[in-house]
Amino acid sequence: MTMRELYDRTKALFPLGELIEQRSGGNNDLVFVTVPAAHLRATILHLRDKEGFSHLVLLTAVDWLEEGQFQLTYLLNNRQQAYDLGLRVMISRDSATMESIHDVWPTAATYQRELREMFGIDFPGSPRIEEEFILEGWNDIPPYRRDFDTLKYAQEKFSERPGRKTHDPETHMRQQLYPDMSPTGK
Amino acid sequence: MKPELMKRMVKGPDGVEFEVEPLRDYFCEVPPTVMPAAYIKIVEDLFNWARAESIWILGFGTGCGAIEMRPLMTPRFDAYRYGVQWRPTPRQANLFIISGYLSTKTLKRAIRAYEQMQNPKYVIGLGSCTINGGMYWDSYNTIKRLDDYLPVDLYIAGCMPRPEALLAGFMDLKKIIRAGKGEGANQYAENFAWYKENQKRVIHDWDMPDYNW
Repeated sequence: MTMRELYDRTKALFPLGELIEQRSGGNNDLVFVTVPAAHLRATILHLRDKEGFSHLVLLTAVDWLEEGQFQLTYLLNNRQQAYDLGLRVMISRDSATMESIHDVWPTAATYQRELREMFGIDFPGSPRIEEEFILEGWNDIPPYRRDFDTLKYAQEKFSERPGRKTHDPETHMRQQLYPDMSPTGK
Repeated sequence: MKPELMKRMVKGPDGVEFEVEPLRDYFCEVPPTVMPAAYIKIVEDLFNWARAESIWILGFGTGCGAIEMRPLMTPRFDAYRYGVQWRPTPRQANLFIISGYLSTKTLKRAIRAYEQMQNPKYVIGLGSCTINGGMYWDSYNTIKRLDDYLPVDLYIAGCMPRPEALLAGFMDLKKIIRAGKGEGANQYAENFAWYKENQKRVIHDWDMPDYNW
């Protein structure tokens, strides 16, 4: 079984997006596929029960700020065949909510707690989703969102010791190695 | 605040209801006091000599710097030959090494551990993260100046400092203590309100008593 065959078989059942092959060359064992949010549960149940993807490797998110979307990546692993399949789900960034899959893989509950705290994506019904995960007493927007300005937050919250100098490595090394050259490198 | 820390009525197994307020019931609320020096200088010098020769470290690694202490306590660098040893509890330690970056969440535990240590006690800031934030200078959850929150006797710069640098730091700390300048615990008691104000500014969910020893 190749990943292409698996994709063709699954696409006949579910409205999958285009197949993205992450590793070119002979050992094509990591692919990504986009799935509509409404079909995610059916797809992962099919992959788990019929195709041998028994293991949830990770569940993570990407903040596409400009598009106003979050990309959730469910990375599944087929241990028998040593295949990894990533399911990508795009959800809206405003009032981001996604269906919980903690009943499919209990480990997902931990990832979902993390995503809720760090990205503000809600997973209604997931165990202990309301509890704090890593942060304690966080009172700002979720810190992994790209519109969260971590530098500004750190400057406002933590006092700085005066006298700290910053050397941009590129400029600093250029001045060290080529002192005659102008700072822009032209 | 967590529900188990709230003031509440509890019904005992014998049916008697009584009030429980964990933050007040289980801790002494008296703030720390300045410990005066011994009545005569030669005695204080003797005490300081003894303190300098028995640096007992609290085995609490807050950041990546903790990895430097493993070769230090094992035969390669063997800090034990200098009277330096690691203890598993704050009650037995008199030196707290903040080893590397300190997140606000760990800061809370570090404050609790520091306050539980017996006087006289000393703090070493290890690595550049404790001095000015180091590579975590723009991080949203690590503090940048350790001396805002705990009285620091000595900083060891580097990212990370080698175990040799720590050994040199111990020697410097011994000189500080022998000279009678290791007064961190007294500084903490004198400026207690200032330290608490700084600590509470970064720890938003303050769910512990102000002074817990």
